[in-house]
Amino acid sequence: MHLKYESFVREPLVDGDKTYHQVTEDIISPIEKKPGRMWYVGFFFSVTLLLLGVFSVFWEVYYGIGVWGINRTVGWGWDITNFVWWVGIGHAGTLISAILLLFRQGWRTGVNRAAEAMTIFAVMCAGQFPIFHMGRVWDGFFVLPYPNGRGPLWPNFNSALLWDVFAISTYFTVSLLFWYSGLIPDFATVRDRATTKLRKRLYGLASFGWTGTAKNWQRHEALSLVLAGLSTPLVLSVHTIVSFDFATSVIPGWHTTIFPPYFVAGAIFSGFAMVQTLLIICRKILGLEEYITVGHLEAMNKVIVLTGSIVGVAYLTELFMSWYSGVLYEQDAFKWRILGPYWWSYWAMMTCNVVSPQLFWFKKLRRNIPFTFIMSIVVNIGMWFERFVIIVTSLYRDYLPGSWTYYSPTWPEIGFYLGTFGLFFTCFFLFAKYFPVIAVAEIKFVLKTSGDNYKRKMEAIDAKTTEEFKHELDHAHH
Amino acid sequence: MAIKKFAVACYDDEEVLFPAVKKVRNSGYKLHDVYTPFPVHGLDGALGLKETDLHVAGFIYGITGTSTAVGFMSWIFCSDWPINFGGKPHWSLPAFIPITFELTVLFAAVGMVLTFCYLNQIMPGVKKHVFHPRQTDDLFVVALEINDHTNEEEVINFLKSTNAVETSIQVAESEWWFGRWDKKEPYELA
Repeated sequence: MHLKYESFVREPLVDGDKTYHQVTEDIISPIEKKPGRMWYVGFFFSVTLLLLGVFSVFWEVYYGIGVWGINRTVGWGWDITNFVWWVGIGHAGTLISAILLLFRQGWRTGVNRAAEAMTIFAVMCAGQFPIFHMGRVWDGFFVLPYPNGRGPLWPNFNSALLWDVFAISTYFTVSLLFWYSGLIPDFATVRDRATTKLRKRLYGLASFGWTGTAKNWQRHEALSLVLAGLSTPLVLSVHTIVSFDFATSVIPGWHTTIFPPYFVAGAIFSGFAMVQTLLIICRKILGLEEYITVGHLEAMNKVIVLTGSIVGVAYLTELFMSWYSGVLYEQDAFKWRILGPYWWSYWAMMTCNVVSPQLFWFKKLRRNIPFTFIMSIVVNIGMWFERFVIIVTSLYRDYLPGSWTYYSPTWPEIGFYLGTFGLFFTCFFLFAKYFPVIAVAEIKFVLKTSGDNYKRKMEAIDAKTTEEFKHELDHAHH
Repeated sequence: MAIKKFAVACYDDEEVLFPAVKKVRNSGYKLHDVYTPFPVHGLDGALGLKETDLHVAGFIYGITGTSTAVGFMSWIFCSDWPINFGGKPHWSLPAFIPITFELTVLFAAVGMVLTFCYLNQIMPGVKKHVFHPRQTDDLFVVALEINDHTNEEEVINFLKSTNAVETSIQVAESEWWFGRWDKKEPYELA
């Protein structure tokens, strides 16, 4: 008797009458078909944006960082804002794949592959900004501790900016390994059903020759679990260290101990919003509504309302602490944030991040797909403004009124930002076309516990009382 | 590298697979391996496989990362090139924590994945015999190693009695080799 049982309170994770083969068919067949017109339109639009970004970066590297709007007072502008924004977005993928694995959240299986891909692409985008902010980018390798001819003179390991180098590169590497180790068995599935020679050859290479023996799977499970265990503190450490870039300084508005948890919550908040944006489109275009169900979207909306509220509490705590500290500079920093020339960014942040996600307390709205889609974009706009508020509105009016200034971006900064969207979506479109967007093996693993048809089979057992069930079970064994 | 003869049985459900594996292990035939499209919990136990020590390797790699980071930073700041950062101690351990943590995770993850690939004998370019193209889709495949003295009919009948949906006799390479997946191997053409 099959005794994998999951409570009926939980809705099925896979809708429709699915067999193992049907799961493979549904998820792999988009790879084998020619992409639709929407894919081509989206892909070429993304590549165009990417080229715009390449041109903007070329302009900045050629003429120097002076072509950006940043100045002596506002040394960090859109560049670092975008860096923190993209890194934050990346956090949802690891949260879904690692933390929810440790918490045994079955719904992660439907969304983890795409979310991890999003993490990797977002970190790639994030990395561009500090690199090109260096100005003389050809000297960028100076951040690495290698035996050099200058002494050797080492980088300062006590600097939060150097911690960032290690955190981001480790995060990228580990996420990539985690993601790829999960992809190996799925690539083998694509390979074994491939009908064209080219596909057979390429997916044969990509699958590393995986055949799925019992021992291989045992090691695979052990690897996934340990990588999840490693990624969990890693993802928390990354945005903590990003927040140290600010918190270890002496700038009013930055020098605060609340930053690490506040940044991590904000990162998860924006990351889940980006996952929603992508998956709502993906499930529609690739026809994966039965795998990425409304239940999945609702679960993520719950995370959004939780982390959005944490972020809201953090904003209010910051305000209270600036007043309570009694420090004039702290108080003024916050006064200028709310009422100064950048008031619009503060209020955009407050509206998008604190007020609007509260609508997700209503179940109807949590399960409403168009509303979720709009909210996911609103949240990411809000989170962009949060980083802008933290960075620019802490810097533009500093200790000396004589150096107060106003900062606006120039076209190479805007082009650079749009270019990272191009990079992100170019990668994502290629991923959606050539990779299994949903973890095939993992879905099969949860199918019998959480598949719609299998759950329905359990209804008869569920109707019985415990005594009846125990009696029958004992009987069946004797 | 060795070309061997196999008796192959395919099952369409893990619930059929478990009793079949039990019968195969009791039958006296030499079990080559079991292939499944996804991790089947309890199968390693049913096959009598030991728990993997991969996580122990991960721990050792992690510790290596920790000591590399602490050792390297301590050596640089205390001995190789001591710099005075605002009068702070040269050996400022709390400031070393972030990089130490990152390197611990990095070493553990990279080391474990490489060990995983080594133990499973997988890497780009590696090829292995696939007994059934649907073993990565929806079939659970049991391969028995047989030789020229084995009564083939008897094996097949035995496998059929374990509720296999498909059975076959195959001559195939038993180990991995470097090859292209879009090309057939000489033994497949013979």
